[in-house]
Formats: sequence, structure tokens, C-alpha cells
Amino acid sequence: MSFPWARQYEPKNGLTKFLDEKLPLPRLVYGAIGAGYPVPRNLSYMWNFGVLAGFCLVLQIVTGVVLAMHYAPNALVAFGTTEHIMRDVNWGWMMRYAHANGASFFFIVVYLHIFRGFFYSSYKAPREMIWLLGVVIFLLMMATAFMGYVLPWGQMSFWGAKVITGLFGAIPIVGEPIQVWLLGGFAPDNAALNRFFSLHFLLPFVIAGVVILHIWALHIPGSSNPTGVEIKTEADTVPFHPYYTAKDGFGLGIFLLLFCTMVFFLPNYLGHPDNYIEANPLSTPAHIVPEWYFWPFYAILRAFTVDFFFVPAKLMGVLAMFAAILVWFFLPWLDKSPVRSGHYRPLFRKFFWFGLIPTMAVLFYCGGAPAEEPFVMLSQLATAYYFLHFLVILPLVSSIEKPEPLPYSITEAVLGSDKKAVLGENTTPAV
Amino acid sequence: MADTTGTATPETLAVHGEDGVRRRDFINIAAVSFAGVGAVAVVLPLVSQMAPSADVLAESSTEIDVGSIEAGQAIKAVFRKQPLFVRRLTPAEISQADKVDASSLRDPQTLAERTKEGHLDMLVTMGVCTHLGCVPLGAAEGENRGEFGGYFCPCHGSHYDTAARIRKGPAPTNLVVPDYEFTSDTVIRVG
Ligand code: HEM
Ligand code: FES
Repeated sequence: MSFPWARQYEPKNGLTKFLDEKLPLPRLVYGAIGAGYPVPRNLSYMWNFGVLAGFCLVLQIVTGVVLAMHYAPNALVAFGTTEHIMRDVNWGWMMRYAHANGASFFFIVVYLHIFRGFFYSSYKAPREMIWLLGVVIFLLMMATAFMGYVLPWGQMSFWGAKVITGLFGAIPIVGEPIQVWLLGGFAPDNAALNRFFSLHFLLPFVIAGVVILHIWALHIPGSSNPTGVEIKTEADTVPFHPYYTAKDGFGLGIFLLLFCTMVFFLPNYLGHPDNYIEANPLSTPAHIVPEWYFWPFYAILRAFTVDFFFVPAKLMGVLAMFAAILVWFFLPWLDKSPVRSGHYRPLFRKFFWFGLIPTMAVLFYCGGAPAEEPFVMLSQLATAYYFLHFLVILPLVSSIEKPEPLPYSITEAVLGSDKKAVLGENTTPAV
Repeated sequence: MADTTGTATPETLAVHGEDGVRRRDFINIAAVSFAGVGAVAVVLPLVSQMAPSADVLAESSTEIDVGSIEAGQAIKAVFRKQPLFVRRLTPAEISQADKVDASSLRDPQTLAERTKEGHLDMLVTMGVCTHLGCVPLGAAEGENRGEFGGYFCPCHGSHYDTAARIRKGPAPTNLVVPDYEFTSDTVIRVG
């Protein structure tokens, strides 16, 4: 692991010497996020979002544990205890608004983190495992957020749970029994609410575990960087502390500024008014929409309106929605270009900015819109392009594209020249 | 272990056995299999605890007095915590349902197949859209009944006709007719 020039931890006083012998935790921290971890000197702000995602996870766990002290997962009182948190519990409103908006900010940060990965092909060798674990984290996050949204037991909670578990009903033969089994009843009720609470409490800790694996896997090759050229010498790196602790700290400040603006001035902007009405199994709200971070996938789900040979439309939608995320697992092998960074890939770059990004924007918009024309047709076109992009365009582009010349090293990219390169030590630009 | 005599002592048997099976391998396989069966056995209760519990299942039959429903009216009842639509059809609605050729429908069924003998005007269905489970409109007075005069699901636009059969929109099947029977002329027991 790591580079030969990485600084070694040296315990200075009696206490740290004692600890280093018995339980070398300070050594671990020093090597993982301290001065003992050499990082490319040219990381941009796009590399801030991993640390920010970690911060969000801690934020959700802290506020979540506090909320759980006042909340009761019983269908008779759940809605009431949520209002009790808002009105009676000291600072309860702040904890709840921070948790609800924290989930949204968590997704904003992780989406940026993922799209950083798309643009800089961070998923390519030797970082495949980091990427695969990342997709697992994302799936776990979606499950956690979905179950958390059910807990306040408002109208959107209830109908969201009903519609999403209804997706399983689309599976032939076993679908309905699975749905009943998941809910512990024939419709969402106390049994479902209780198990969702239990799992919503558990899953963030599972995520924390996978994040540890994610970072472990990251520390084997180390971070990539905006050029995509791998580290060659010590000159290409700076120690994580103080350089990136400072940069990440600055990013965290900006993040908190935006976050606090939402929590204190627009706390319900991202929510639905319908969720302030208690769940009513006999009346459906006029317009059921999931939380904004599910919109692109919800649009894909609803894009299938006609049967596809012998596969019913409803099942097609469900399969496509899951496939839209599962396809990410195959990215390291679909994109075969040896060049990582989009900055040196003229064709890839065009498809990224004018293909993938607008497609995601359209899917995002359509997922939140009512299921009417023109939104249905738009989501159909966007869904088609989405899969085309990953399954056809990426492999094709990587085989026909002529990449632009890469800098010899990170140092050359930053300083304009690299002494080692001038000396002609190794002039073939390694990727 | 020197085995100079050529006859197997108990110790050499224990290690090599006559047929090459070592006693330790046997114990190993037996122990792991036993633990494996045990592990599978605890999965069963872990999975099955998620299924509906006895009290949820106990609510699974409901009696409803349908005598007071006038022709053209419907009521919303609750069956297994889900809405249940009970509707008395008018003669016009019955003939409208019988006019269509059932075999041309997405989920081919006639009105007679969806009601009980002698009670062609009593349409009992779940109030759960077969698409993704919203409650369709049309049971209460003044609600949108859709293009076919039955029920209309606003979630993704499914239209059901006067026999609650799917006619237009994404829902794959007709509104479900639960198991029920007439316990008297005016009372049904559902479930
Ligand atoms: C709880 C959520 C997550 C946390 C806490 C987390 C944390 C981190 C951290 C701290 C880094 C290093 C800093 C950086 O490069 O930004 C990182 C890198 C990375 N993450 Fe995540 N991550 C999360 C989710 C994801 C997801 C959902 C994906 C992709 C689907 C992903 C893919 C990656 C990749 C590919 C890298 C290596 C990037 C590079 O070095 O170029 N992560 N992650
Ligand atoms: S749930 Fe009724 S149309 Fe989708």
C-alpha cells in the first residue's frame, strides 16, 4: 500500500508510544488521512465530494439517533410523534429538518461524486473495486432513504411505500407473495412501519462498513486526478495533511453554508405538503411523486407503457429501473479506452456534456412531472439514450477515438515541465 | 509411526483407515454439515417472521350490509386494510358492460363472471388499481369515473369500465374481485 516516500508515523510521547504498541490507531489515521498519505498535487474541487459524503453519513447518523429517541414506529402514533418532535421537543424541529435536508444534501454530494467518476473514468483499472463498492453504497443509500421517508407516516410516506412495494407485484407468479411478505400485510401498516424503522436504523451502519471497504480499496492505488496520469514520483504528490485537510475543510465550509440556508430558511422546499397529512389508506393524493433524488429512475420506470413481446409493460419498467443502476457495475469493462480523464478524450467529452448530462436532466424533470404527454414521450427517448450511452456509445467511442496527447506527469501538467522528463528518463507517456 | 508388522494397530487405523478415509475428515464433514443444516434451519423462522402475523390474518374476512346501496351508488368499505368498492349497477351500466366483446379486452372477463349468480347488479371489487396500487376514483358521488363510466385511477391514468375492467392506461388487469359470498340477500362476507 501507498508509496515508498510516504512519511512514517513517529509516536512522540509516552502515551502515543504506548498506544502505538497496544493499538496503533493513531498510526492508522496518520497513514489514511494524515501526513502519511501522499495524494496527487493537482486534485480539483471535484475530489471534495468523497469527504463531504462521509460528513453527510455522520450527520445523518447523529441526527437520526436523536430523532429515534423521540419517535415511535407505531402506525397509530407515528405521525403524532413526528409532530411532537417538531413542536414539543427542544430543538426537535432543527434535528428533523437537518435530517430530512441532510438526506437531500447527501444525494446531491453523492451524485456529484458519481458524475466526477463518469467524467474522469475513475472506475477504470486499478480502481474497479472502489467503483463497485461505490455502486453498492449507492443502492444501500436508496433503500435507506426510501424507508426513512415512510417513517413520518404522512400521505406521501404511505403511498410511496405502497407504490414502491407494488413494483415487486410486477414480478410474475412470485411477485404478490413477495410484496405481502415485504409488508407483513396486504397494505402498508404497522408491521411494515416497524420493520422499515428497524432497517432504517441499521442500514446506515452497514453503509459505514462498506465505506470503510471503499476507502481501504482507494488507498491501494491512491486517488486518481484530473489528468488521469498516474503518480510517478514524489514530486507528483503532496501529503494529505495539511494540503487536502485544508482543501476539504474549505469545501465543508461552503457545504455547511448551503446546508444551513436550506435548514433554516427553506426547510420544506424539497419536501411535499401532502406529507403533513396523516396517512389515509382510503384516499390517494392526486399526484404521487417520490423524493427528488429518485426522479430520474422513476422516469425510467414510467417510460414503459406498452407490453414488450410477452413481457408486460409494468415488469419492463421495473427491470429497466434496476438495470439503469446495475449497468454501472459493468462500466469498468464497457469503457475500454486506456485514457482516463475526459480532458484528453475529445469524442467522449462531447457525448458526456451533450449526451449523458442533458439526458439525465430530462429524466430528472420528467420523473417529477405528471405522467402525461409530452413527458412520457420525453422519458422514453431519454431512457433509450441512457442505455445507448452506456451499452453502445461508450464501448464504440473508446475504440474509434484518438485521444489528445497526455502530459508526461502530474508535475508537468501543473508546472509546465518536469525535470525528470527533460532529462529523458522516460519519455513514453504512460497512462 | 512405525508399522513394521504390517497389521493395522488401532492408531494407524484411526489415522489412515482401511479405505483411505481419515477419521478427522469424517468428523470435519459431519460437523460442517450439521452446522450447515442448523444455519439453514434458523433462516426459516427469520424469513417467515416477515409474513403477515396472526392478527393481521385474523382481519382477513369482513361482513358488509349491501342492502341500502341504491342503483348507481357505490360504497367504500375496508377489507384487509385496503379499500373495497361495492357498487350497485344501473340497468344502463349493465347493458353497457355486456355490449363489449369480452374477448377483445386486455383481461377478458364478462360482467357475469365478475359477479355472483342472481346478483348481476352487485359489483364487488378491490379499490386498488392493479397498476401500482392507488385508490381509483369513481366510488364516491361526483368523482371522475373515467372514459368508460366505471373507475378512473389518477396516478397514471388507468380507465376502468362499468364492470371495473381495465380499458385504457397502464394497469395490466381488471380490478380484483375478492373471494366473497352472499350470507343473506343483503349481506356479503368478503374473504
Ligand atoms: C456514503 C457514500 C460515500 C462515501 C462516504 C464515499 C467516500 C469516498 C472518499 C472519502 C473518497 C476519496 C475522495 C474522493 O475521491 O472524492 C472516495 C473515492 C471514490 N468514490 Fe466514493 N464515497 C461514497 C459513495 C460513492 C459512490 C456511490 C460511488 C460510485 C457509484 C463512489 C465512487 C468512488 C470512486 C470511483 C472513488 C475513487 C475516485 C478517484 O480517486 O479518482 N463513491 N469515496
Ligand atoms: S396506480 Fe393506477 S394507474 Fe398507476
